[in-house]
Order: sequence, then structure tokens, then C-alpha cells
Amino acid sequence: MCLPALPGTVVFGAVFGTVAAQKGLTILETVLINSFVFAGASQFVAMEVYKDPVTWAVLLAMVGVTAAVNMRMLLIGASLRPWLGQVPASRTYPSLFFLTDLNWLIALREYDKGERDWGIYLGSGLFMWVTWSVSVVPGYFLGSLVSDPQKWGLDIVMPAFFVALLVPLWQGRRQTISWGLAGVVAVLTWQAFGGYWGILTGAIIGAFAGAYLDD
Amino acid sequence: MTEALFSVDAAFFAVVLAMTAATYAMRAGGYWVMGRIPITPRIRRGLESLPGAIIVSTILPIALKGGVSVMVCLALAAAVMAAARKEFIAVFAAMIAVAMVRSYSF
Repeated sequence: MCLPALPGTVVFGAVFGTVAAQKGLTILETVLINSFVFAGASQFVAMEVYKDPVTWAVLLAMVGVTAAVNMRMLLIGASLRPWLGQVPASRTYPSLFFLTDLNWLIALREYDKGERDWGIYLGSGLFMWVTWSVSVVPGYFLGSLVSDPQKWGLDIVMPAFFVALLVPLWQGRRQTISWGLAGVVAVLTWQAFGGYWGILTGAIIGAFAGAYLDD
Repeated sequence: MTEALFSVDAAFFAVVLAMTAATYAMRAGGYWVMGRIPITPRIRRGLESLPGAIIVSTILPIALKGGVSVMVCLALAAAVMAAARKEFIAVFAAMIAVAMVRSYSF
């Protein structure tokens, strides 16, 4: 079930290992940041602002970009409420550490098919975490082997997976209008500010449109 | 050499902990807030619209950044998905298509 995401995750993790090695992190530092933070895109952006020695300014910059890139998780987590809300908080809050775009998408797909066992969400999250944690090690030592993931089309795996999951979510006019508005706002925001702000603004506009459009 | 390889800079460890806390706050924060708000039918509809809106807002900038080849291959993924209804077939079709386009163009 998680298999379509596997090659992309392994390569993405390995490339992070390579970047970390180039920035002068030790292997233990690389494994720590990779397994603790467990949020691919934000780790890459944080490594862009990393400088040795670490000053307060470097720390604040790294935490700031991490928060900005991961802000979409606020909305992704919110969308899980109707499902995980029935599970005791002592279980859901630890499990939210393993929330990523990918296991959210996998869980969402199964939820739409009628699955109500939240183990799908947790299991796929743990699977992603183990894969991500292991894949960084070969990348750290054998960086040059995956220097050109684009050539193999590996950069398209994530967006193509997103597109594939979007298709069954479409049901009619409500989706067409709310997704259209989300897309326009996301692209305008992205062109004005760059980065990941467009995910936030587009998603919020799309959710409002969906909430106020009556079928 | 091994010692150097396995050492951890204290300041760097502080950065890792702060980044972990920031990320967890995002992961759990939205979920927490939604537990404090009564879920009216309107809010439920908004939450149901959220996943699609997040996906669209994520992939559109990627598609525009990637240029025509990426856009065509993502459209192909959507077409394959609509026909075959299997994610992995759609993903592999897009991967093979983009790898072929790139090997011919540069």
C-alpha cells in the first residue's frame, strides 16, 4: 500500500544524507536531525541556512524555516480530527509525531474507501519513519551515486502520487470551484512570496469555499 | 576518525530539539485546535474540502516550476489514474514518461 511512495522516499532520504555530509555534519548528527525532525522538505531548507558554528541567529533561522515549511501540517492534522477524534488522546498525540504528507494521503484514501481502523494511519507513518531513517545512511556515505535523481524521474514521484490521489476525491461542482480557487490563490501567493506559503493560503481558501458552497 | 564521526555538537543538538518541537507543534496543533471547536456541518464540510485544497495548492507550484514536461507527465498521471484507478500505475507511468522526455531533450 505504501509501495508507490517507497522509491521517492528512499532517494529523498539518501539525498538528504549526501547534503548533510557535504555540509560537514557527522553521521550521528545527520541521523539525529533526520529521525527527530522527520520532515523532508523542511530539513533541506534548514540545511540551506545552517552554518558552523551554530549561533543564536542560525538556530532561530533554522527553526523559523522549519516552522514555515511545515505549517501545512496544521491543516493536515486538522483534517484528521473527524477520524482520530474517536481514539483516546493518549494514543493520538504520540502518533501525530509520525504524521507526514504521505501517510496522511494513504490514510485518506483508505478512509474514503470506508476504512475506519486508524491503524492504517499509524502503521503507514511508522513504515515511512523507518524507511526515512534508514535511507539517510547510504546517502551519507555513497552520496555521488544518487547525485542526479532527476534523470530517473524520481522527482516526479511525489507530485504524481498527489495527482493520483486527487482524482478519486473529485465529485462535482463543489470540488471544481473550491479546488480552482485554492489553485489560483496558491499560485498567486507562490509567485508573490515563493516558498511554501501558497500551500497555506490556497488550502484555507479552498476549505472556506468548500464549507460555504451548498450542493 | 570514528570518534569524530559519531560526535554531536551541543549547539547542533539544541537546533535539532528546537526543530523537532516546532515540527511537532505543527503536526499536533491543528488537530488540537479542531478538538476545541464544535464541529458544525459547515466546519465538517470545510474539513472535508481541506485535503483536496491542500493537494491542489501543493502540486500547482511544483507543476509550474517543473515546466511543460512535468505538467504533461502530471496530466498523464491523472489520466492513467482516471482510467486504471491504481495509484502505483499512475505514478510509474509519470516516472517513465518524464525520464524518457528528459533522456531525449538533455
